[in-house]
Amino acid sequence: MPTNGAPTKITQGSQTKGGIGESTLRPDGTLKVTGEFAYSSDMWHEDMLWGQILRSTVAHAEIVSIDISEALAMAGVYAVLTYDDLPTDVKNYGLEIQDTPVLAHGKVRHHGEPVALVAADHPETARRAAAKIKVDYKELPVITDEASATAPDAILVHEGRDDHHSGHVPHPNIVHRQPIVRGNVAQARERADVIVEGEYTFGMQDQAFLGPESGLAVPEEDGGVHLYVATQWLHSDLKQIAPVLGLPEEKVRMTLAGVGGAFGGREDLSMQVHACLLALRTGKPVKIVYNRFESFFGHVHRHPAKLYYEHGATKDGKLTHMKCKIVLDGGAYASASPAVVGNASSLSVGPYVIDDVDIEAIALYTNNPPCGAMRGFGAVQACFAYEAQMDKLAAKLGMDPVKFRQLNAMEQGTIMPTGQPVDSPAPVAELLRRIKAMPLPPERQWESSEGADVRQLPGGLSNTTHGEGVVRGVGYAVGIKNVGFSEGFDDYSTAKVRMEVIGGEPVATVHTAMAEVGQGGVTVHAQIARTELGVTQVTIHPADTQVGSAGSTSASRQTYVTGGAVKHTCELVREKVLEIGRRRFGSYHPAWATAELLLEGGKVVTDGGEVLGDLIDVLEGETVEIEAEWRHRPTEAFDLHTGQGNGHVQYSFAAHRAVVEVDTELGLVKVIELACAQDVGKALNPLSVIGQIQGGTTQGLGVAVMEEIIVDPKTAKVRNPSFTDYLIPTILDTPTIPVDVLELADDHAPYGLRGIGEAPTLSSTPAVLAAIRNATGLELNRTPVRPEHLTGTV
Amino acid sequence: MRVNFTVNGRPQEADDVWEGESLLYVLRERLGLPGSKNACEQGECGSCTVRLDGVPVCSCLVAAGQVEGRDVVTVEGLADFAKQRSEGGCATGACGTTLQDAQQWQAKGTDSQTGEGTELSPVQQAFIDAGAVQCGFCTPGLLVASDELLERNPNPSDADIREALSGNLCRCTGYEKIMDAVRLAAARQSEGV
Repeated sequence: MPTNGAPTKITQGSQTKGGIGESTLRPDGTLKVTGEFAYSSDMWHEDMLWGQILRSTVAHAEIVSIDISEALAMAGVYAVLTYDDLPTDVKNYGLEIQDTPVLAHGKVRHHGEPVALVAADHPETARRAAAKIKVDYKELPVITDEASATAPDAILVHEGRDDHHSGHVPHPNIVHRQPIVRGNVAQARERADVIVEGEYTFGMQDQAFLGPESGLAVPEEDGGVHLYVATQWLHSDLKQIAPVLGLPEEKVRMTLAGVGGAFGGREDLSMQVHACLLALRTGKPVKIVYNRFESFFGHVHRHPAKLYYEHGATKDGKLTHMKCKIVLDGGAYASASPAVVGNASSLSVGPYVIDDVDIEAIALYTNNPPCGAMRGFGAVQACFAYEAQMDKLAAKLGMDPVKFRQLNAMEQGTIMPTGQPVDSPAPVAELLRRIKAMPLPPERQWESSEGADVRQLPGGLSNTTHGEGVVRGVGYAVGIKNVGFSEGFDDYSTAKVRMEVIGGEPVATVHTAMAEVGQGGVTVHAQIARTELGVTQVTIHPADTQVGSAGSTSASRQTYVTGGAVKHTCELVREKVLEIGRRRFGSYHPAWATAELLLEGGKVVTDGGEVLGDLIDVLEGETVEIEAEWRHRPTEAFDLHTGQGNGHVQYSFAAHRAVVEVDTELGLVKVIELACAQDVGKALNPLSVIGQIQGGTTQGLGVAVMEEIIVDPKTAKVRNPSFTDYLIPTILDTPTIPVDVLELADDHAPYGLRGIGEAPTLSSTPAVLAAIRNATGLELNRTPVRPEHLTGTV
Repeated sequence: MRVNFTVNGRPQEADDVWEGESLLYVLRERLGLPGSKNACEQGECGSCTVRLDGVPVCSCLVAAGQVEGRDVVTVEGLADFAKQRSEGGCATGACGTTLQDAQQWQAKGTDSQTGEGTELSPVQQAFIDAGAVQCGFCTPGLLVASDELLERNPNPSDADIREALSGNLCRCTGYEKIMDAVRLAAARQSEGV
């Protein structure tokens, strides 16, 4: 069991204040606390119009006719656009499969699909005009689950598919299928003393970022457009927007506006093309801001899933085999479904050693809301199911659930079901040991000298119990998430770094297209530049498309990949600066030619610490600027039949212990504490790392006990698109979250770091579920758990 | 219609206001004060929290016409508001802000692009220092609510903080750093830092 990893070696910049490893504060912090930070919804332009989208009121229908005349005649309305107004032959977009219509053409495939656009001089005028557009729908039967999607006579959600997955899927209503077969399950099953089967249901979760989809499109004199928008990946948006507008990419300029959270929900386009179309049509700047209701329709959600698992184990607690089928509901359009399938299948075993597996994951096309990326991306659903299985197995064997997990925990050197070896620390057993060793919160923590403090009890200030019927439970879970884009994707990033003297001080400027969505990438970039260039002053240039792609702010990848690009480019700049120094001052000291030179505290020093010169002298009159790309190790596609392949870049591990108290009479749950231990490789900014872990943990808590988009199975319509009806955890629902951070370096990664954003979202949910099961003795095979599941009044 | 009211100590006049507009809309779109955020427009998320005659309200649920002649404090005026309060001889902060006091102070303008050198209220500084800001969209509302809590209760228990901030949703932080920030602001306030 590893307790200490290799120390992370940093020589360059280790003396410079504000470098990596310190909890430096956010560069945008002051603007954000004063209300000055310009989010996408705060954009304003003189003479701007407001855009509004008319969305379908039904899930699946032919569009018989659209009448825009009344809307167009309204005072204050500047444009009304439908499919017929699209300017080129490219009418669709999509992350991987271009199946998503910019505006519905003859058919709508899900509730809330965009049908028409309005631009007007007041947002209310735009809303009212949109309401005056008459759409005549002829409703079609809805496809809502695996049975209806794959029935022999099932209506095809997409006729005539010719995408690159269409050739290998068993049915056209299956977006993608990934089997993984390794070892011999039939033989291994013979060795099993106990076998546990389970069928699990994972509800549809929403990212629920607080800053709704929004942006401002400004037409430009050259016929192009400048879009200020909140997104997760500017260059991916650009590639999808430009063809639909019929413009070359250089005529679509994109600048990142302030992003109010993302969590995967901004990977796909939302209002981007719509705002640009209206701006180009009216010749005026157009702003679109979704309200919360529309936001629930305006982005993809986490795939709801059905998961069927079978595990076997020997009497002494060793896992023998695993069979599973994971059915993800992708909804009406593909979005990121194929990649989610890849993750769900390749991570379906969890952080355990099982040599004999038979795995299948599919994503369906249905008429439910489109689903795609959300923090944890396919690994979340699997973790919920395999962790429930682990508890069932442990119970059946009469073993401690933590010990049972530790006995089967993967470690460095374990072979994944894909055949890929885990070639960096995998401290699964150690993380479990750490959360188990944390002190438990006191029993009856709600008791005070003045009686029960109802605020600490299930039901809270509703004053529903003073402790009667309240039982406590403790549960554990651990998970594995991949870091970075997998399956052979060219997952690179770009950084432009400039170094110059400004006002008598050496200053570095870092320019990337990385979407800062709140995670703190901008903080870390400045730290890396300080470490690598030995300067204090670092300016972060706004993110735009004037620099190469940074890839997506997702998959826990930005600190690794764009951080890696900033580090790499800084190293090139450093070499160049030293070259200038050698040219100018080499003759004054032999060490310029012979010693290994570092940049520290604004000076050029030898590795022995001797100062050779000030950066301000070296750089006088010179500006060094370099733009460079950086790539992590390449990955491979998974074989379509066996699932074999070195598909992943890196893995990330977290474990949780949940302590809950349940009012068994009312079915109310209060999570008392949700402790997390996570290996982060190297904490570049410990404060931000802990913030990510606590935030991810809380999103996992949400989907354990409250968060679910309810889709009517008869109509495929969304029933709760608001914060009144879709609940996310408040500060009262969220417990203390003690965090234990482990730093075992991954030698393949910059500074040994490990992508951290998603792993805590995985194990949080099953830990809470395990604790509720522990408290109540109920089986609970679905998440979220609602009161009726606990009181038996479903 | 025309609405006359005071925002951050300055008299404001908004013209051509449609009767259905909220205080939030008038602040953001007519007065150039986008600090208060619109994240739900239903009073569920608290991102638009402002003080209306000293009382924290969701400005999305206040019709613009209702603020005629009244006094509003937004996140943009929070630093000056807090300063005014601390200079008002109310060291404990427990005495609150009278309407008269609220109407007599005025926020200073800032033309800073980076925010560097901006004077912050204790609670604003504590949010930065404690790591309570990630995406920051909930931050303005939480700051106004936290500042009001500390004004009325300078030494809140954890349960008090949770109760006071339960109307403000945050999706990034898991609230732990927000708890830290309010505790930090309270501690600094009691030490007179």
